[in-house]
Amino acid sequence: MSFSWAKHYEPKSDLTKWLDERLPLPRLVYGAIGGGYPVPRNLNYFWNFGVLAGIALVIQIVTGIIMAMHYAPNALVAFDSTEHIMRDVNWGWMLRYAHANGASFFFIVVYIHIFRGLYFSSYKAPREMIWLLGLVIFLLMMATAFMGYVLPWGQMSFWGAKVITGLFGAIPLVGEPIQQWLLGGYAPDNAALNRFFSLHYLLPFVIAGVVILHIWALHIPGSSNPTGVEVKSESDTVPFHPYYTAKDGFGLGVFLILFCAMLFFAPNALGHPDNYIPANPLSTPAHIVPEWYFWPFYAILRAFTFDFFIVPAKLLGVLAMFASILLLFFLPWLDRSPVRSGNYRPLFRTFFIILVIDVLILGYLGGAPAEEPYVMLSQLASAYYFAHFLIILPIISKIEKPKPLPFSITEAVLGKDSHGTAGGPALQPAE
Amino acid sequence: MIRIGAFLVGLFFSGWLLVSFGVGAAAYISEPPQPTAEHEFHLHPKKLALSSDGPMGKFDRQQLQRGFQVYKEVCSACHSMRLVAFRNLSELGYTEDEVKAIAANWPAQTPSIDPATGEATTRPSIPSDYIPSPHANETAARAANNNALPPDLSLITKARHGGAAYVYSLLTGYQEPPAELAKKFPDSMPGPGLNYNPYFANLNIAMANPLGSDGIVTYSDGTNATREQMAKDVAAFLVWTAEPTLEKRHQTGWAVLIFLIIATGLGYMAYRNVWAGVKH
Repeated sequence: MSFSWAKHYEPKSDLTKWLDERLPLPRLVYGAIGGGYPVPRNLNYFWNFGVLAGIALVIQIVTGIIMAMHYAPNALVAFDSTEHIMRDVNWGWMLRYAHANGASFFFIVVYIHIFRGLYFSSYKAPREMIWLLGLVIFLLMMATAFMGYVLPWGQMSFWGAKVITGLFGAIPLVGEPIQQWLLGGYAPDNAALNRFFSLHYLLPFVIAGVVILHIWALHIPGSSNPTGVEVKSESDTVPFHPYYTAKDGFGLGVFLILFCAMLFFAPNALGHPDNYIPANPLSTPAHIVPEWYFWPFYAILRAFTFDFFIVPAKLLGVLAMFASILLLFFLPWLDRSPVRSGNYRPLFRTFFIILVIDVLILGYLGGAPAEEPYVMLSQLASAYYFAHFLIILPIISKIEKPKPLPFSITEAVLGKDSHGTAGGPALQPAE
Repeated sequence: MIRIGAFLVGLFFSGWLLVSFGVGAAAYISEPPQPTAEHEFHLHPKKLALSSDGPMGKFDRQQLQRGFQVYKEVCSACHSMRLVAFRNLSELGYTEDEVKAIAANWPAQTPSIDPATGEATTRPSIPSDYIPSPHANETAARAANNNALPPDLSLITKARHGGAAYVYSLLTGYQEPPAELAKKFPDSMPGPGLNYNPYFANLNIAMANPLGSDGIVTYSDGTNATREQMAKDVAAFLVWTAEPTLEKRHQTGWAVLIFLIIATGLGYMAYRNVWAGVKH
């Protein structure tokens, strides 16, 4: 840890002393999420969502591993083995509903986490690597969720797999061979189901690995905070434990209440009824839609209806959909405003609120049928999405006049700081 | 450099989307899309209140037994129920002997192999058997039903928008096609072998009205078997077949929620206690 006032682990018993000399695991935990990690004292509830995302991942892994003991990844029996879990396995219905709704809640938590990062510009130096690793986690999550949705082998599983792998078919020349290679056939079948199951089991552990890197990268500069002003002195921070373990514990309780209310009282509200119909390659559903958490991207995909000279509209849509996520990787270098927090950036704040509304509209449109006026509206909403990140954000970071920043977190919280005041000489953070 | 590149990419995507929007909007205004027959005549399911609704919902076993009777005497002639075993019927309140009798007397028999010759045959069902399909296979089902395939009903209330209310509306929704439909959308009039039902997605359903008149079943509990009543009862039964664990889910949910609310309350007090005196 980089702050000089960070407390150090001191083993008390003979056993912990013995262990500390041989494998200092308690020391690692103490420095990562214990009293040895100084955290800004002014974090608001939006800073709970990182921990919640980690817990959502654990819920998915635990429920998933137990379900894998009863599920059969074979196109002939996959649907029935899912219903076997629902009907015959002890508490199987709870595991499956927890896993299905757990995926939704994982995405809800991660979306709030990402938008918190956008509003408070948590992606800016020196935290670019945390942001980039977070986006890698997000991409892995999307791949995992997509493949997981195929496993029950219902109608939406099958047709979703067909549509999404069909996106690769839009690539010129090599598209179709790539699609066949991905599926292991001309259409989703046993080969595809088997490999999706294999990868669906593997990827969560890859995510867990990248999460470790994400947290490691976080511990180099330490957490950002709602003022966006870097930590200057000890009075700006409190130890992670017990302060933020207590706050995260309360946040976890609220999360679990909402999650369990959904799980036990409306477990199918976020799913699509068609996935309770066994997969049938000969019967296309009236509206093929992915799970709700992909709807904004699905709307962007379908917004391209006209060929651009020799580039077909379908390929444009695929490129735009991937670009809509990949552009986030460039965000640290697109937004050059020296001020982090949206609280001190009035112009940025206005456009940020428009972006949130825009993405919610895109989400609604992605779930709507592909007919007018939904397509026209998704063209407008997608146009704003790209313009926001690629055009508006770089411009406002140049022309905007931010509000005056507090000297330090301590001053923002207490109104004064013995180390200095706004406009006074800035102290360098101690190494 | 990054910002110039980003600007050009943004200009391309946003610009082309706005052009597409302009072209689409012009077409939309000059030639507004024509409403389809489904848009104008399709109806959302009617309201249906069942005792299993809501977080406190419990099955009304008397009603489930009536619904089962409707399924057995009417629906099962064409529709399979492959995810429900006879033994599961004990959850509706039938005794072991009653379940045995239901299984043994079921009109369709369970496929089997003749132990003497090894040839395919059928035998009477026992409680551990799943409810046998009325048709040997899909081809047989289509052949017997004017080439339409009667869907399996095990999960039907989960597999349709509107759930039980959809089933109830469909069963009570048969009517003569409105004169306006014949005038405006002659192509959407029911063809031979089809029946008009505004609750069905494309308005024309192959299934003939299965609950055509009152009293086609005789309830042993004395309930008057009107068409409404039979449709409601069978919808309630199909909620149970789609999710036999519904009651356990509701009960568990309350126990979990009460625990979590207490734990979170304690968690909040611990949080306030830890942070007491630390301004933040």
